[in-house]
Amino acid sequence: MARRTHDIRRYPGFLPMTILCLTLLYAPLIVVTVYSFNASNSITNWEGVSLRWYVDVFTGVEADKYKRAAWNSFTIALIAATTATTIATLAATGMIRSGTFRLRTLSFGLISLPLMVPEIVTAVATLIFFNSIGFVRGYTTILLAHIAFCIPFAYMPISARMQGIEDSYEQAAMDLYATRRQAFTKILLPLMMPGIISGFLLAFIISLDDFIITNFVKGAGVETLPTAIFGAVKQGIKPNIMAISTMLLAVSVVMVTISYFISKSDNAK
Amino acid sequence: MAAGAASGGSARSDTYKEARTWLLLPAWAVLTILVLAPVAMMLVYSFLTKEFRGGVIWEFSLAAYDQFFCNRGLFGDEPCAIEWTYINIFWRSIWQAGAATILSLVIGFPTAYFIATRPERVRPLWVFLITIPYWVNLLIRTVSMKFVLRDQGPLNDLLLATGLIDDPLRIVNTNFAVQLGLFYSYLPFMVLPIYASVERYNFTLSEAAADLYASKWTTLRRVLLPAVKPGVIAGCILVFVPSLGSFLAPDLLGGAKNFMIGSLIEEQFKGNAGNWPFGAASAMILLTMVLIILLILARQQARAQKGAG
Amino acid sequence: MKNLLKTTAAALALSIGAQAAHAEGQVVLYHWFEYIPQELLDKFTAETGIDVVMDTFDSNESLLASLKAGGIGTYDLAVPGDYMVKIMAGEGMLDTIAEGELANAGNIAEEWADPSFDPGRASSIPYQWGSTSFMVNRDTYQGDINTTDIIFNPPAELAGKINILDSQGEVMLLASLHLDVPQCTQDRDQLQALNDLLQASKENWVSFNSDTAKDVLVSGDAAAGMIWNGFGAKAREEGANVEYAYPSQGLIVWMDNVVLLKDAPNRDNALKFMDFLLEPENMGAVTNFARYKSGVKGAEDHIDEVLKTMPEQNPPEGINTVFVEVCDQETQKVYDQIWTNLKK
Repeated sequence: MARRTHDIRRYPGFLPMTILCLTLLYAPLIVVTVYSFNASNSITNWEGVSLRWYVDVFTGVEADKYKRAAWNSFTIALIAATTATTIATLAATGMIRSGTFRLRTLSFGLISLPLMVPEIVTAVATLIFFNSIGFVRGYTTILLAHIAFCIPFAYMPISARMQGIEDSYEQAAMDLYATRRQAFTKILLPLMMPGIISGFLLAFIISLDDFIITNFVKGAGVETLPTAIFGAVKQGIKPNIMAISTMLLAVSVVMVTISYFISKSDNAK
Repeated sequence: MAAGAASGGSARSDTYKEARTWLLLPAWAVLTILVLAPVAMMLVYSFLTKEFRGGVIWEFSLAAYDQFFCNRGLFGDEPCAIEWTYINIFWRSIWQAGAATILSLVIGFPTAYFIATRPERVRPLWVFLITIPYWVNLLIRTVSMKFVLRDQGPLNDLLLATGLIDDPLRIVNTNFAVQLGLFYSYLPFMVLPIYASVERYNFTLSEAAADLYASKWTTLRRVLLPAVKPGVIAGCILVFVPSLGSFLAPDLLGGAKNFMIGSLIEEQFKGNAGNWPFGAASAMILLTMVLIILLILARQQARAQKGAG
Repeated sequence: MKNLLKTTAAALALSIGAQAAHAEGQVVLYHWFEYIPQELLDKFTAETGIDVVMDTFDSNESLLASLKAGGIGTYDLAVPGDYMVKIMAGEGMLDTIAEGELANAGNIAEEWADPSFDPGRASSIPYQWGSTSFMVNRDTYQGDINTTDIIFNPPAELAGKINILDSQGEVMLLASLHLDVPQCTQDRDQLQALNDLLQASKENWVSFNSDTAKDVLVSGDAAAGMIWNGFGAKAREEGANVEYAYPSQGLIVWMDNVVLLKDAPNRDNALKFMDFLLEPENMGAVTNFARYKSGVKGAEDHIDEVLKTMPEQNPPEGINTVFVEVCDQETQKVYDQIWTNLKK
């Protein structure tokens, strides 16, 4: 019987398709990673392995530009993800731990709005908005826009986690005369931590990666890494761009791996 | 879709009922000010008058929508005939996004199915493998794609070296390049929801079908597919909607003849055109289209759930 | 939660601190892409302690659009081409440089000291000047290239492999030269003919890109392409077997200028930067990098020998040269419509 189940599940051709899928997903990234170690000035010819383009990123003529862009990217991602995670945690508590209420569906719609509106539309709308209220575009406008679109991304893992936590722990604490605030900070929050961390990491990466919205709301001379890279690749792909890409790839992989192990160890518990 | 997953489950308790307003207030405030108000402002702008050299005049005008739907000839003095330019751009976007969605489905479905039928222990690892590329900056992925597909890129080098082709394939600057780029951008969105539904699928149904002498492919078509349809639909939306408004893939991979909605809108604000009301109107039309699609699907899903329940 | 808040506060303080540090002593420049060497910007910072923050654009029209879209008041300097200086002045987007505010104003070459697009150099200084034409890959096509037919009626070898600059002014002028109609024509038949020509030619064009104009020629992604002469020289120097054409119908010429924008947040620093650029040695460095010609006296003493003899800098004797003109509103509207039809 077990043997038969196995057969029923198997379709010829699905394994090759999976391999094709993974090849398509990884080949371009691997190629770029490999070529980032190319010693040649040109992207077309291979002239041996070298770290020169990595050195160039940190010490070359454009090093300052990329450092400034990286600093902007990381501080914006950090502040936006932290703020969005805080807002999302409070909102999830309000949505899942405060009974039924009339505005619940509407609130949920509002929270997931940035996911449903195409990014280009959000970008245009935000640009028009800042412009019409006379808000000078710059670092702050990027930050505000990022906080807004990070909220749903932080909210998803947090609310999923909260739905999985019985409220009996908090009830027990309050039976033992803990205040609501104590129940929240001492019981619910620690239990929520894996969800909050996932939400934070998700929001952080989404902010770090954003190009379209940032490109619209950025102001004079303020670049993030994606907009700086875009400005450079508009004129053709250069080897130093591949080095930067590879480093960003490494950062992303490390962060996803961390969140993978957090969720895994949590599941194992 | 994300909406369905996150809203699932009813309210679980009312421990913090008194604090509800304060808990939700920050989210309400931020999203109302930074998402709702801007969209409302965009709607207003789409009805303003364009200044000759860019910028807007605060006077009501239907000119932006007129430009979108009406062709008044080269000199702007003919009666309104249907303007096909922008409808064609929208149509092309729908077509490109549709082709990318089908491509994702054809490759994504077997992959999702394959992963979902692995032993439970190794499934997360497979899912992990599929999601890693998604975490890499979209811009970097698109650039990588372009690098690989170039006339003198690694793909052509490889094909030339193996003697499969004699002249380099011209892929960059074609519709196909854009479709590949879109496919590459959003593939994990297709795989994950399908994977989730196949994982929940009860394989005894397939066994039952086999017992009734249904062939494997009949079982797939008549039993499995209907059961995992919600996942497939969710996957299609998650690929189709962002593809529709995408800007990077057409811009970097498309060249001149592959203008899509995203590029059209971008051009009104950042490019040569400088026509804000028209850009706002195009964005409104795109938004309306997407919301209608989502609404129809939400309705359908609700009906399906009712039927199942 | 407390920790999260603390981190936020700390990061916020840091980033505001970082911004404040830059707010003192900077000049914000809105420049063409790949048009000024980073070393020169570093030299300015080393000499004056003023940071240069630079954004880039890729066409005169997109510069205008960005500045119109809330850019005024955030940038100090921009680098529009001749006709765009006139348009921007007409839109009231430029500040006036008072007599004596620029110590090096006397370094401006005589022939560029009083141009029609900015009489008396009220708001601008010359940057570089050059021409716009097209280059053809000589491995692909060996015939005569000195005709606009290459772009609008290309030989089979080049059809479908042509890149066009995403620059309305220059493309419209090149088309007008091809049809031998006056610029900014008000004649309906001629405007219609321009529209028809661009529609028909579009079939043969593979992309509209200014920023990749050099790269597509070097990589071979395009076999011919509209390009500016200095940018084209770089393509040839990077190893592409390409030749710059001097169409018999006429050669488009232009001059880019550094303008002082209205409401410049760092006006004094902007003037210092203009003075810096008017030093012959510094403008010579720009010329060596961009490979056009400068409008500064004495800069020629600092430029590479090869620049004086390279083919992109030496048009044949007697070639007819034309600047892009500013059209009146009526004609410009039709031009915009033609451009929209082309880009759809």
